[in-house]
Amino acid sequence: MKTKKEEKKSRREFLKAAGIGIGGVFAATVLQPFTAVLYASKEPEGAGPWYGIAIDIEKCIGCGSCARACKNENDVPREPFYFRSWVEQYTIKNDGEIKVESPNGGIDGFTQSVPDEDIFKSFFVPKMCNHCSQAPCVQVCPVGATFETDDGIVLVDQNYCIGCRYCVQACPYGARYVHPEKNVVDKCTLCYHRLKKGLNPACMDACPTGARIFGDLRDKEGELFKFLKEHTCHVLKSHLNTGSKLFYNSLNQEVR
Amino acid sequence: MKEFDHLYDALSKVDGFIYPNEIELSWSLGIVLYPYITGLVAGAFILASLNRVFNVKALKPTYVISLLTALAFMLVATMPLITHLGKPFRFYEIMITPHLTSAMAIFGFVYIWYLMVVLLLEIWYDYRADMVIWAKESKGLKKIMYKILTLGITDISPKALKLDKKLGYIVTVIGIPSAFLLHGYVGFIFGSVKANPWWSTVMMPVIFLFSAMVSGIALVMLVYMLLSYIRKVKLDMLAVDTIAKFLFYALIIDFVLEGLDQVHRIYEAEESFEIISLLVSGKLNITLLIMQVSLGMLVPMVTLAVLQFYKPKAKIRQIIYLTIGTLVLVGIFFMRWNVVIGGQLFSKSFYGFTSFKLGLIGMEGALMGIFWLIIPFVILGFLLWLFPPWKKSKELESIADSD
Repeated sequence: MKTKKEEKKSRREFLKAAGIGIGGVFAATVLQPFTAVLYASKEPEGAGPWYGIAIDIEKCIGCGSCARACKNENDVPREPFYFRSWVEQYTIKNDGEIKVESPNGGIDGFTQSVPDEDIFKSFFVPKMCNHCSQAPCVQVCPVGATFETDDGIVLVDQNYCIGCRYCVQACPYGARYVHPEKNVVDKCTLCYHRLKKGLNPACMDACPTGARIFGDLRDKEGELFKFLKEHTCHVLKSHLNTGSKLFYNSLNQEVR
Repeated sequence: MKEFDHLYDALSKVDGFIYPNEIELSWSLGIVLYPYITGLVAGAFILASLNRVFNVKALKPTYVISLLTALAFMLVATMPLITHLGKPFRFYEIMITPHLTSAMAIFGFVYIWYLMVVLLLEIWYDYRADMVIWAKESKGLKKIMYKILTLGITDISPKALKLDKKLGYIVTVIGIPSAFLLHGYVGFIFGSVKANPWWSTVMMPVIFLFSAMVSGIALVMLVYMLLSYIRKVKLDMLAVDTIAKFLFYALIIDFVLEGLDQVHRIYEAEESFEIISLLVSGKLNITLLIMQVSLGMLVPMVTLAVLQFYKPKAKIRQIIYLTIGTLVLVGIFFMRWNVVIGGQLFSKSFYGFTSFKLGLIGMEGALMGIFWLIIPFVILGFLLWLFPPWKKSKELESIADSD
């Protein structure tokens, strides 16, 4: 027979153990999503840089310098059907109507056609490849021509691409096109050729307001990491679970 | 520049907002034809297996015709795919550098399995003994071809005939899930594209499968009727009536599945609902509501339903079947069209539409499309010349059938 004291003690110990157990599970479940909030994608194992991009919509003035710089740097065809990088203008009217425009990808800048008094809100959203870590395009390529590098950049090997365009269909962001002369798929490489020389991507250098930030997501002292820490950032179409690494600050839900 | 004229034209017709890279449709007529033709193959094969495996005796006269039709279309199935590639001469890369996570990468293997293991083997077992005899009776080129095709196996003893029959049966049994795989898989290629809500549904492989059956059955019905007409022999009405009955069943299932899919979309009314309802009521008005659903499905279904209870004279039935078969084939073509083209007309931003105009010339033009639809009939003509089902030896068959 246990004495009353012993009974009390064992009950207390049980409660303590149970408390630790429940607390642990609670902490684990609650803390886990915090990393998911910071990154839409899960950081893979590795040591080198792992690139991501952030865009501060509040700073973008829609000048189109980024889109222009991209076409110049990467020999993207001049015709208004092919873009590695472009800018969209969103205008939400007072009556709730949403107007989106991107004439020639915003390369020549924008003019606002909605009268000021009708505008509820207007802003610019630069777009490009999201360099997803669970990229649908990489998943579907039948010959493995599109792939993700160790540093987290999605590229196309144009010597292998058969031009089936399955990746164009699979990309939810419209970031890919078929190059009219090469007949293979082309897209943003985050100026990989410049990165390897220690330079910034052309669009980043061209941005006059510093709305575009790019960097290593593993570098906890870096500018990108700080930006993500200080702002509430979102990715496009998060429900598709593509592991996008293109983060937007102050992203309206009207942006798709 | 002339090269971009059609794109400037499309650009001027954009409705609402689309992403700048979305003006040109990535997949055109070639990709419409690919599921259409593979569907005909799968459907024709499944009809053949109804006779052989499920023992529907009335379908005997069409058994071999179904198989040869399937083969003729199978030989062409990859052509629209290859011609639509930006780099057609790299197509073999799919076979030598397969990418395990890609649905499309497996096509080559599924195709070869189906062609080599199922269709060719089944037809070979079916014709081997006949070819041995034909090799003796024929002269010239035909004789050489038969000799080669028998692969040197000239045994036509009752034992060998029975073994042929047994092995042929096994191949057909393997063939049924293979036919399902072939077309269900083609549906998966579309159904697994999560970026596109018009395609992304688990129903897609099943819908593709049943629409394949519908089109394949209709095709064999037409081929059989036309062959009898050309050869001036009496049509076996029991066979045609039976095919029509299976066509009716397949149509009902197909209609229910496609209906369910749409009801599900409407009921869920997700983010993409608005743009899809605009697509269905506007851009796809004619091809979907009139061509696919009304003429291609409802009219044949109702007519066939009436025929189950009321049977007019054989001559009139023939005209009805001819009309219905054609309507079904056109309807299923437009079903593929609405999936492939329709799925690309709206922007992935869900804010607007691009436009599409089918060109006449070019690798994916209308003329090329017609070409790819005529070639299988030319091949079928050749196959029927080389392997005339009506010249098969009844004697050999009765020996194989005897217990």
